Amino acid sequence: MSAVIDNAPAGKRRESVETVVVRFCGDSGDGMQLVGTQMTNSSAAFGNDVCTFPDFPAEIRAPVGTLAGVSGFQLCFSNHDIFTPGDEVDTLVAMNPAALRANVGDLKRGGTLIVNEDNFGKQDVAKANYTQNPLETDVISAFRVHKVPMTRLTRDAVAGLGLSTKEADRCKNFFSLGLVYWLYERDMKVTEDYLKHQFAKKPEILEANLRALRAGYNYGFSTESFTVHYQVDPAKLPAGKYRKMTGNEATAIGLVAAAKLAGRSLYFAGYPITPASDILHELSTHKNFGIRTFQAEDEIAACAAAVGAAYAGELAVTASSGPGICLKGEAMGLGVMTELPLVIIDVQRGGPSTGLPTKTEQADLLLAMFGRNGESPMPVIAAASPGDCFYMVQEAMRIAVEFMTPVLFLTDGYIANGAEPWRIPDLSELHKIEVKHPTAVNSEKGYLPYLRDPEKRARPWARIGTPGLEHRIGGLEKSDGTGHINYSPPNHEHMVRTRAKKVANIANYIPEQTVIGPDSGDLLVLSWGGTYGAVRSATRDAQEAGKSVAHAHLRYLNPFPKNLGEMLKRYEKVLIPELNMGQLLTLIRYKFLVDARGLNKIKGKPFLVSEVAAALDTILTQPLSELPTHLSTGAGRSEDLGEAGG
Amino acid sequence: MSTDLPVLTPKDFTSDQDVRWCPRCGDYSILAQMKKVLPTLGIPREKFVFVSGIGCSSRFPYYVNTYGFHSIHGRAPAIATAIKMARRDMQVWVITGDGDALSIGGNHLLHVIRRNVDLKVILFNNQIYGLTKGQYSPTSPLGKKTKSTPMGSVDHPANPLSVVLGCEATFVARSVDVDIKHLTYVLERAAHHKGTAFVEIYQDCNVFNTGAFEFATDKATKSNNVIYLEHGKPLIFADGKKGIRINEASRPEVVNLDGTIKEDDLLFHDEKLTEPSLAFTLARMRHPEFPEPMGIFRAVEKTTYDEVCDDQIKAAVAAKGPGDLNELLNRGDTWMVS
Repeated sequence: MSAVIDNAPAGKRRESVETVVVRFCGDSGDGMQLVGTQMTNSSAAFGNDVCTFPDFPAEIRAPVGTLAGVSGFQLCFSNHDIFTPGDEVDTLVAMNPAALRANVGDLKRGGTLIVNEDNFGKQDVAKANYTQNPLETDVISAFRVHKVPMTRLTRDAVAGLGLSTKEADRCKNFFSLGLVYWLYERDMKVTEDYLKHQFAKKPEILEANLRALRAGYNYGFSTESFTVHYQVDPAKLPAGKYRKMTGNEATAIGLVAAAKLAGRSLYFAGYPITPASDILHELSTHKNFGIRTFQAEDEIAACAAAVGAAYAGELAVTASSGPGICLKGEAMGLGVMTELPLVIIDVQRGGPSTGLPTKTEQADLLLAMFGRNGESPMPVIAAASPGDCFYMVQEAMRIAVEFMTPVLFLTDGYIANGAEPWRIPDLSELHKIEVKHPTAVNSEKGYLPYLRDPEKRARPWARIGTPGLEHRIGGLEKSDGTGHINYSPPNHEHMVRTRAKKVANIANYIPEQTVIGPDSGDLLVLSWGGTYGAVRSATRDAQEAGKSVAHAHLRYLNPFPKNLGEMLKRYEKVLIPELNMGQLLTLIRYKFLVDARGLNKIKGKPFLVSEVAAALDTILTQPLSELPTHLSTGAGRSEDLGEAGG
Repeated sequence: MSTDLPVLTPKDFTSDQDVRWCPRCGDYSILAQMKKVLPTLGIPREKFVFVSGIGCSSRFPYYVNTYGFHSIHGRAPAIATAIKMARRDMQVWVITGDGDALSIGGNHLLHVIRRNVDLKVILFNNQIYGLTKGQYSPTSPLGKKTKSTPMGSVDHPANPLSVVLGCEATFVARSVDVDIKHLTYVLERAAHHKGTAFVEIYQDCNVFNTGAFEFATDKATKSNNVIYLEHGKPLIFADGKKGIRINEASRPEVVNLDGTIKEDDLLFHDEKLTEPSLAFTLARMRHPEFPEPMGIFRAVEKTTYDEVCDDQIKAAVAAKGPGDLNELLNRGDTWMVS
């Protein structure tokens, strides 16, 4: 939807639009993530709702100009609330032929394509496996194309500052950003302030980037190539003070908040792994909160250290992604056996093995549920969006401490790196975790480390160093109460059931499941984790079109909310969209004997709204008997099985 | 602040658990000496924590009436590192074995030592896997016939002291399970060291590998096979008849103190050398070519990991003030929606 609202100076037309999707793409060294983030910050600060999707290769510096090295950053900004970074791109900035090739399939027909034509030489074109310069072929015929000599114009803009050619060329991302700022009437102040802060000690680099940014803006303003630009009004979000938040930031800050409110110190142990490392980075900057961060020698040590810190009386956390979670399994089991509170964060990525380190997936759910030896139940919860990580990681800590158990907190690469506007809560809105450490013996026989709370079944958490409460714990099977080693057959069964009941009983201390939409009807769409946005958008559209569709989004995966089973039976059909082969589907079918169907995508990418919408149509219009257990999204428009896909 | 500590005895450190090592296992002696040393340290009982991995020796924490954690195979150093980081008021002991520390937990041993976390690591070396009933271990000699090596082990063994000296351990010592006085002395010295104190104890597994250290325990031959290190003193053994000197090729050699060679010609021990070469040379003296050194190989000072972590927290608080949650939540670019 757009409407001409006035004629701007220089005879430029200005249109008002509701929602815009922009994607910057180029070489991984081109600074596309940086300019994407800048545009996100500017749009958020302006008051739009924003949603982002950074998409970068696993290689830090793949050979320049190749498909393997293409890095992209997509953002959607809107005058109303949005839940996804958008299916189709309105404006694509492609810095070279490889970036064009990897991304042009997602550009809307009639969309705006801005290319750096200086990078479309013979060799550049060949590196992208084009036989002919795509700017001279049908590849771009469906779009409004702007061939801009960005390299030359950037060099001209920074001339006289004494920069080398290499340094000058490094500024061209800000030229492209300036141009897009003009195109969407963005205020440049946020970015100018960023540059001033970033390059405070390098005045010539600061000046060069500012000049490049303004040169890009002025290029849009003054050249005849651009005849129209767009305005996106601020969104009407709930009142309050906002900031931009990524999932990893929210997770880290949520942990700081949990500890601060509990009046306890936080201990975080991690090992570098994509896409979880940012949690370690962020926490290590908050030492003034008394936070101890430990970059361990490996994933095993990181989880073992978290167990040790929990024994010492700290709020203990470790974070990783799938491969690291596998390694932590044994130490998690020790946490289950010794009934110590700790939070294990899994920022999921594509697997198996090293898999797709920088791409998203939801395929660790069953690992989280069952990936330890023996009967080893653990609570599992998952965040729905970047900002939700702030609240759910606190909830993970609450459950851990209240029930004396390790808790697995699942996020994924998509929400970990994605950003959204986040309403800053007042401190009074946050829940304080009550931490209790006994200071006196709890029985006539002395201190019994496994004497349980009769309701929550949690054992007491004596802090080491407390006089009179000296006790030993360990990984061997033990008697309830005393904690003494006990291998007797009935005792083992008793203890296995006791640990399982303790976790199952948590269902009485978590919120009941809610639905958006009708209480009963034709279809319930059940989602979990980072797919919330796409499923919410698709189900809202379906509801607005008058279809009998409800949406339930699970945050608690073990135990499930206690009303879930009954809820599932109120709908004719149940669809479970997941970025895996059907892991929640497996759990739901076995646990509730419901003939639910899955929508499964395993491409390392989040759902498009249109993919979920198509599945809703399919399941609504066809009888279950004619549908497979797993629906798929089919091949995406820009995707092929190319060996060097970005 | 002075508080009158109750006088503790070894009995105060005896837990209510029956000790379940095999009769005559070397571990009994080590436990007894430890319980002798603990009450002498002027530390209240609740301020000790023993952390172990898996193996016969790792049952140790159950038998000491302090805080204790019997954890998982090889990971005790990582668990203990976190405990010490979080709770610098605790004295932390790691109890481990040759398989636990050098095989499955080799990585953690390397890192705890290079970080110099303020822990005491006591490695019970019996050159065998006892709890799993007799497979060769990383310290078993080449050719050792065991259940898993019926034709003899083809592994070259690891020398625990060489390994830890390679990680620049700040305290390195060795003793023998049945050498009661010496073991007590070494444990005391370890307890007083600030930083990672590593102690290797030759321990007899009388079921699966008995006699492995007979050369160092048999009263008849011991004085020829063992040399006691003393700081600032020449290396003399065999009841004063023999010594160690450094020859022209810079290698140690056994010499007879027959009058032509005097004490002053011998190698003098210096446990405080910053440079670990002497300690490494001593660690490489193995029976039967040399008498094996017992005692403190190296005891030097270096900042500890836990103290520097603490200092960073104090520095951050001094620079930024104690963390303000509201300020943290409101950081960066913010905007109002009304």
